[in-house]
Order: sequence, then structure tokens, then C-alpha cells
Amino acid sequence: MPSIDQILEGRNICICAGSGGVGKTTTSAAIALGMVNRGLKVCVLTIDPAKRLADSLGLEELGNEATRVDPALLKENGIDGKGELWAMMLDAKETFDALVARHAEDAEARDRVLGNRIYQQISGALAGSQEYMAMEKLFELHSEGRFDLLVLDTPPSRNALDFLDAPTRMTQFIEGRSLQLFIRPTGFAARVAGRGAGVVLSILKRILGFDLLADLSEFFTAFSGMIDGFQERAHRVNTLLRADETAFVIVCGPQSEPLEEAVFFHSKLIEADMNFAGAVVNRVRYRLGTKVPKLKALAANIEAEGVEPDLAERAARNLIEYDLLARRDNENIAGLSEKLAGDPVIRVPYLDTDVHDVTGLCEINRFLFTDEETRIELATG
Amino acid sequence: MNVLILEYLDKRLVFVTGKGGVGKSTVAIAMGIRAAMEGKRTIVVEVASTENTSRIFRQEDVGYREVEVSNDLWAISIDPDDSMREYVLLQLKVKAMRDLLFRSRMFTYLADATPGLNELVTIGKIWELAQPDRKIKHGRRYDLVIVDSPATGHGISFLQTPRTFANIARVGPMHTQARELEEMICDHRLTGSVIVSLPEEMPVNETASLESELTDGIGVAVDRVIMNALYPDRFPNEEIKALEPLGESEDPELRSAYRAARSQSRRSAAQQEQLARLHEMVSAPITTLPFVFEPELSLKAARRLAERLA
Repeated sequence: MPSIDQILEGRNICICAGSGGVGKTTTSAAIALGMVNRGLKVCVLTIDPAKRLADSLGLEELGNEATRVDPALLKENGIDGKGELWAMMLDAKETFDALVARHAEDAEARDRVLGNRIYQQISGALAGSQEYMAMEKLFELHSEGRFDLLVLDTPPSRNALDFLDAPTRMTQFIEGRSLQLFIRPTGFAARVAGRGAGVVLSILKRILGFDLLADLSEFFTAFSGMIDGFQERAHRVNTLLRADETAFVIVCGPQSEPLEEAVFFHSKLIEADMNFAGAVVNRVRYRLGTKVPKLKALAANIEAEGVEPDLAERAARNLIEYDLLARRDNENIAGLSEKLAGDPVIRVPYLDTDVHDVTGLCEINRFLFTDEETRIELATG
Repeated sequence: MNVLILEYLDKRLVFVTGKGGVGKSTVAIAMGIRAAMEGKRTIVVEVASTENTSRIFRQEDVGYREVEVSNDLWAISIDPDDSMREYVLLQLKVKAMRDLLFRSRMFTYLADATPGLNELVTIGKIWELAQPDRKIKHGRRYDLVIVDSPATGHGISFLQTPRTFANIARVGPMHTQARELEEMICDHRLTGSVIVSLPEEMPVNETASLESELTDGIGVAVDRVIMNALYPDRFPNEEIKALEPLGESEDPELRSAYRAARSQSRRSAAQQEQLARLHEMVSAPITTLPFVFEPELSLKAARRLAERLA
């Protein structure tokens, strides 16, 4: 199994995806840090509403603009080359606003959208709008070309799928033909206001109320002038997601549930014609030996070393329980490897201490940035 | 203690929340088993359709219908599309009109393009399940509805959806219903929440901020924090010292036994620190649940956890 820098060779974008609680944020930060150590200028972005990344980089707060992580902090951990580490957290509303400002025909059109109440609600508050805008920010940063590598930490995998769909949904959202229903003079907006509305419209009115329907039509009308700009942009984002320079890394845990999700996500990536680069399995219990420990014999052997019987038995039982979980991890990961058909799987061991600072990230990188043989030696030796 | 138990399982609706991967589904199921043991007719609601209930109760068919998984315990997995169909039918009362609407391109487009609509109808279905007089035909009356909610960040926007919609639709049926949902979520006598946490730095931090967002931001009562998967404190330092010679042994198995004991001890000490931090950082009472040393959570283990919730 190769190391992560081999996997990322020649890539400008690394998208880390996976289900919740598997250490995705930590892995993203660790990958970014490791590539900084190799002399690259790297920016790590999170679209997770929770502020985990800031925590792990010792930053007070992350904003919608990239912030550089204090080089002194890296130097303390022996990283003092020419690489730079930057981080940012996506603010969906700010990104959306900027996008509207860019595509609006004029100041009046811009203000009409920014001032629309439905726009104000959907652009910031509702679930889902994060994904709409994440790809946009990634695209923007990529176009600016300020960084050698962008590492993206996505929200949990159900949302990560939304995230993959985001550019397409965006295209549909603003897709001319559908929108015409709402905006052409004889279309939706006119019909909402007019008499003699169609049956469907009268049903809609009954469910949503006239007021909401009118607001919606105003919202879609306000958007109408931006169709071309948005559409073109969404297509370019879609292309970037499938480009050779973009790599997807799936992060997961060794339990069957996150692994199943990883396999599911992998198949979605392939289906969508995107580049799967490898999987990182966190918190793996490496087996400490090859044979299955037996309680009585092991306890007796421990006792023979001068340990009192009660403690000897508990120590033996502890290894047995550990080995049980380690064998489960082994089997699960073997299953994963099989389903990924030879694509790289990197196992990061379950460390004795939590990872929540640069030192901890460096500890993880001892495993990410090395070959399988060294990994096993480090984890079990 | 009894008063506290009354507070969190005697409500009609409980949202189980927390960061991804902390074991929300396990806790939601254990709470369901616990409530059913106490004779409450309980339903566990899955929102993100992870089908954990099917897995644990070995029932293939927990989907968008109420399935009895054990005595007094039901489960349902809410699908937004089905909720939408049901919601629209309840509004229109005529199937033909509903079907006409669902066939129209305008409606499909509107439903897809409006972010948050899925969340809204999902909460609408939860509301319906929690009604003493169910809106659907032959609806069963439940004493307790336990919701396995989405993970933290999206969980917050999930619970915020009714308020957002109430603000978008100033008047009309959508406004009235969204307002009703919001009132239900924020009614501390009827509705509460439980935050599930893990004994690690970041989950503890997130639990604290989630508690304040739920309480101050949305106005949902946080009745309990559950610290999940806590290791037993097996090997205090002096015992690790006593085991140290094993680390130098010729026998690799003995070295492994030492290594496993040392890891266990370090992890457990780190966890106790995090538990202490949690006590300092949150206001809600804390219940701890033990780590389950099993490759996959079994029904038996879920029952044991349920006992610990007393």
C-alpha cells in the first residue's frame, strides 16, 4: 500500500469524504500538514458547520477567507521548510452573496435578490445550502491558483453525496427551461398574480398560501437574469470535479457501518466518473500477534512472570477483548479492500491519546506518509 | 434521580442529537427499549434512513411504515418523499388532486428547488406521530416518540427548519403549520432532547456548544447528556507498573498483553479527563454508558445499555 503523498502525486485538489465521526476533519488536516512538510502551499477547507478544524489547528476561529496557520506552531513540530499551511471555513451565505453579486446584471438586480426574504432564508439558514456553495468556493480558490493543493473536508457522507450533486442541482435550479415556467410573461409569476389560474396552481395555493407562492415567484424572477452566468459556472465546477487533478479520498472507521458507507460512496464516485484515489481507515486496532489468545493459558503465563493472579487474569481478558476487536477490524478492512478492487487502503491505528493539535497530526502522519510495511512495524512493534 | 428520569422519558417527544459517530442510533434504540420496559408505547424514528433499527432487531422491513420490533416498541424510517405525499394528501384530502399535483412539473420543480422542504415535511411527520389523536387513518397512539436526529451541524438546521419556514411564509397554511411545529419543538413540557457525547476532546467541545445552541438558539430543552462508550477503569497506574516486566518478555503474546493493558489504561485515563471536562462544561445531568466490547452491537447489548439508562 502506498503512502498518501504517492496517492496525491500530481493532484491539486484532494476531497476527503466519509460518514460522520470517523476523523475526517483530522485526516484532512493531517494530509494538508504532511504536504506542507513536503514544501507545498496548502489550504484546507471545511464545509462542516461544526468548528472542528479550527480546534485542531489551534486557530480561534475560521472565516470565509483563508487564514495562515502560525509558522511558529509548525516549526515547534519540526516543519520549517518553504511550505505554508492555510485554513478556512466555508460560509455558505457569504459565498452565495458573492456569487449573486458576480452574476447580477446590475446593482438593482443584485439588490432585488439579496433583499428577497426567501433568498435570505435559504442562503444561510436551511440545511443543504452549505453544499450548494461549497463547490463554488473550491472552484474559486482553484481558479485563483494561489495554492499548490486544496484539501477539502466535506460534511458526513449522506451530505457528501448532496455535495457531489450540488453543481448538477444548481444547474437544474437555474435551468432555463424549468425556470421559464416561472418567469415568462404568461408563466408562473403572471399566473400567480392573475385570475383563472390552472388547476395545479390553485392546488399549490391551497397548500402554500398565496403569499408564499408570490414570494417564491418573485424569487425565481429575480434570479432569472443570472441564469447564463450560473449555468456556465456550474458546468465548469462539474468539469473540475471530474478533472485528473482532483482526487477523492474516502475516510472511514473500521466498523462495518462506516465501511459500508465507504463502499457505497466509492460506487457513487465511480458512477459519477470521479477520481477515487484511496481510502484511509482511522482508529484501526492492529492485531498484536498472529494467534488467538486463550484465557487460561495466557493468564497462567502472565502469573508465571510474578504477576498476582487476579491482575494476570484481567490482563489476559483485556488482550482477548482487544484481539476480538482487532480481528473484526482486520476482516472488515479485508472486505473493504476486496470491494475497492486493489485501490489503496491506508490503515491509521487507534492511538493511545486523542489527536487535537499539530503534534497529534504529526503522529498520524507517521502512518499516512509511509509504506505499509513501516506502518505495521510502527503499530505493532 | 427519579425526577430526572421523569423529565426525559416522560415527555412525548425526544430528539436524540450529537456529533456524527457518537452512537446516537444506539442510544435512541436503548432509550426506546428502556421506555418500552416501563410500559410506554414507544416509537423510534430514524431520519437519515441508516436502518440501524432493522439491523439490531433483525427486521428487514423497517421503512416508511410503523413496524413493531418488540413488545411496546415500534420503529419507522422517515422518507421525505413519502412524507411529502402524505402531507399533501392530508392537506388536500383528495387522492386524485394529490396525484395531479405530483404529476405536474411545476410542483416537482418547486419541491426540489426549495431547500429545507424535505426537512420540514419530515418534522411534520414526527409531529403527526406524536399527536394524541393521529391524523392518519387508524393511527396508533404513542406515549413516546424518540427521534434519531441528524448529526450536529445539520441537526441544528434540521430543528430550525420550522422557524425558518414560519418566517418565509408570513401567512397562510404553511405559516400556520410551521408555527405549530416550532411551538411543539420548543414546548418544554412535551418535547425535550438528549445529546450523545463521547469521552474525547472534540465531541465534548461540540456537546457543550450544541447544548447552548439548542437551549438558547432554538429553545429546545436539553434534558440529558449521555456520555457513551466509556471504558471501564481496569488498570490503575500501579497495576501497569506491576505488568511492566511483561513488556520485556521473550514471549510475544506477553508483550502484546502488556501493550494492550497499557493502551487500555492510557485511554481510560484520558476518557476520565474528558468526562470531568464534560461535567464542567454542560448544565444538563449526565448519564454514562459503558463501551460495548463486541464486534457489532447485538440486541442483548442494547438491552444491557437500556438497563443502564435507569
